[in-house]
Amino acid sequence: MEIINLDLIDYQDAYQIQRERLSQIKKGKQKECIFLCRHYPVITVGRKGSFLNIKVTREFLNHKKIKIIETDRGGDVTYHGPGQIMIYPIVFLRRFSNNLHTYFRLLEEIALKTLCDFKINANRREGLTGVWVGIQKICSIGIKVSSGISMHGLAINVKDNDLENFSLIRPCGLDIKMTSIETEIKEKVNFEDIFFSLKRSINLCVL
Amino acid sequence: MRAVILPELGPAIEKAVVSFWFFKEGDQVKENEDLVELTTDKAAFNIPSPCNGILVEIFFREGDTVQVGEVLANIQELPEDK
Repeated sequence: MEIINLDLIDYQDAYQIQRERLSQIKKGKQKECIFLCRHYPVITVGRKGSFLNIKVTREFLNHKKIKIIETDRGGDVTYHGPGQIMIYPIVFLRRFSNNLHTYFRLLEEIALKTLCDFKINANRREGLTGVWVGIQKICSIGIKVSSGISMHGLAINVKDNDLENFSLIRPCGLDIKMTSIETEIKEKVNFEDIFFSLKRSINLCVL
Repeated sequence: MRAVILPELGPAIEKAVVSFWFFKEGDQVKENEDLVELTTDKAAFNIPSPCNGILVEIFFREGDTVQVGEVLANIQELPEDK
């Protein structure tokens, strides 16, 4: 599976790149792939999302240079920023017997393996898709499937200085705390190490 | 007549909510063309048309909850264009 690193990119630009790849895969002109990237600060509202889960005004967000974007993934409200790594597999859901449950567990497995590389003891929680450290969330998941091909994917919180913006929202519509790799291991990590680990995790998960 | 059914989505995912229809009753649709978007907790997904035909009946509207196995719509099959 080809892994393409888009590095730091605007959410909407990455969205267009995903759409274009999906369209090409549908036509048989391109193969499945996985995009890795980071985003400039943005709050995204998914299909199930409510603007009531954004706790501050648009003016306040404008002032902080945080965009708000309605997007077509499943799920509620979340925040993305440069301190997070995004993993966007553009893959046929039939690989997973068209089974959303199986696909979500596989996405979680990728995050769990990478967190394990950083000596973080993360876990799943019954009925709450995503990856957690205790009751704090470290990885969020949301996808969109069209023409049998999935896009969007998962976000893993890496940097500790990018967590405070989660306080502007109710992440996933829940009253939860977010954590990050740096918060958990109490030391700085660089994205090269994250990319290296993720590539291995993705291969191990046979994506 | 071909039924458009909400397929199995996996254990513990028994229902989905209709976001919107790409077509209305009476519209002509093509095989594999996206008919309707539904959402679960963390996924939004489109269901394609199983055949070429006319979308004759829609049984669930925007915001309605659909159980796995329920019929979302009926399509009157049309012969494929030559």
